[in-house]
Amino acid sequence: MAEKKLKVPEDFTWRNMEVGNIITEPGNASLRKTGDWRSMRPVLDKEKCIKCGLCWLYCPDGAVKLLDDGYYEPDLFYCKGCGICARACKKGAITMIEEGEK
Amino acid sequence: MSKRVGLEASYAVAEAVRMADVDLIAAYPITPQTHIPERLAEIVANGELDAAYIPVESEHSAMSACLGSAAVGARTFTTTAGQGLELMHEVVYVASSMRYPIVMAVCNRALSAPLSVWGDHSDVMAVRDVGWIQVFCENNQEAFDLMLWAFRVAEDPRVLFPVMVHLDGFTLSHVTEPLWLPEQEEVDKFLPAFKYQFALDPDKPMTHGAFGIPDIYSEAKKAQEVAFLNSKEIILQSWKEFADVFGRSYAPVESYKADGAKTLLLTMGSFSETAKIVIDEMQAKGESVGLVRLRLWRPFPYEELRQAVKSAETLVVFDRAVSSGMGGPVCSEVKAALFSEAVKPKVAGIVGGLGGRDMSVKDFERVINRGKEIAKSGSGEIIETVGIRG
Repeated sequence: MAEKKLKVPEDFTWRNMEVGNIITEPGNASLRKTGDWRSMRPVLDKEKCIKCGLCWLYCPDGAVKLLDDGYYEPDLFYCKGCGICARACKKGAITMIEEGEK
Repeated sequence: MSKRVGLEASYAVAEAVRMADVDLIAAYPITPQTHIPERLAEIVANGELDAAYIPVESEHSAMSACLGSAAVGARTFTTTAGQGLELMHEVVYVASSMRYPIVMAVCNRALSAPLSVWGDHSDVMAVRDVGWIQVFCENNQEAFDLMLWAFRVAEDPRVLFPVMVHLDGFTLSHVTEPLWLPEQEEVDKFLPAFKYQFALDPDKPMTHGAFGIPDIYSEAKKAQEVAFLNSKEIILQSWKEFADVFGRSYAPVESYKADGAKTLLLTMGSFSETAKIVIDEMQAKGESVGLVRLRLWRPFPYEELRQAVKSAETLVVFDRAVSSGMGGPVCSEVKAALFSEAVKPKVAGIVGGLGGRDMSVKDFERVINRGKEIAKSGSGEIIETVGIRG
């Protein structure tokens, strides 16, 4: 996988734009940090989590990842903080907190 | 060999679209453009043109369907007028920004209210800034020629911008007059098949129409604008090639008996034909007048306009639309084009011919004489008009 880019590089100018802003190598949205305007952040309590995967299923952005130990964790590189995972969780294992809080 | 035929301008447009062998037509009928989609529907139904014809439910859908068509590399045509052009407005911008070479015939019509199906340039002026190449036709031959040419210039890989061909509603769209129709071989020589480098293809996936974050939007717009301005060179070149094949030549700004004239009248579209008569008549009376016709509206032909008017003392700009709160839109653009010039004529703007109001030869004589007065005194009414009672 290519390197994840946080912003457009300085040396990418208007001259580098493809005709009609077409993206000739599609699927590169995964390289962009699309979660940087989040105001609320999901926090997982592993004590309550039963690894059911409902958060993973409900996340509209595919921003919940399955860890090796079977737990599901929000990927904050993409997560927009919509809170759907917290609502979907039957065990109350996900809490939404303000960004900036510990 | 070309043949001389009598055709209504709308049918001449349809004939050009047929000979251009378009792949897709998506159009919604609206007065005064109706004869174009009707005739094309007939042509497709008769098997005279192998094209997809989508009878869409609105102009917004017409332009949206055209986007999809152009995206897969199909030669694409639509046509509208007045309110229809307004209804498709937001999609019109998308076509140019995504660089889809759609060709559209616009039968210029006044905008509501009051409701009017008759001609003026209100609809054109509402799409000044949309990033389409735009030209005006004066007669049926030009309607045919420029329609054919539009595909050629739009689809040029160095251009890839959509083109609007403007013809005045009724005073041109519904006029029957003789014109030369070329042979199919000549058309094929001038207009090669459309080969689109970025055509959507499941075997070669691409993303068309991604959003632009603040980090990229400005760069996208600058790239678009530079490419649009650069298209003028290809426009000039393709008109030269048109002349080589068909023997008729076009230019961004065209003059009529303007050499050495102290006063010039500037017009666009079919009314220029009437304006020519007034120039003939006034010159016969010994007056120093001439005509300048703006053919290329976008990209605006700054240099050609400056050259065409620089020796005149007075330039009278005739507008068929009002930019509310600012007067005639063509006049204000002409003034802007001349502002930085050391030597330039005095410019006076007069508005007339709104919502199908006819402009007679006498009216144009009034326009010229009143324009001279305004230029001389340096002031005029808030909005100078002609042919309006009271």
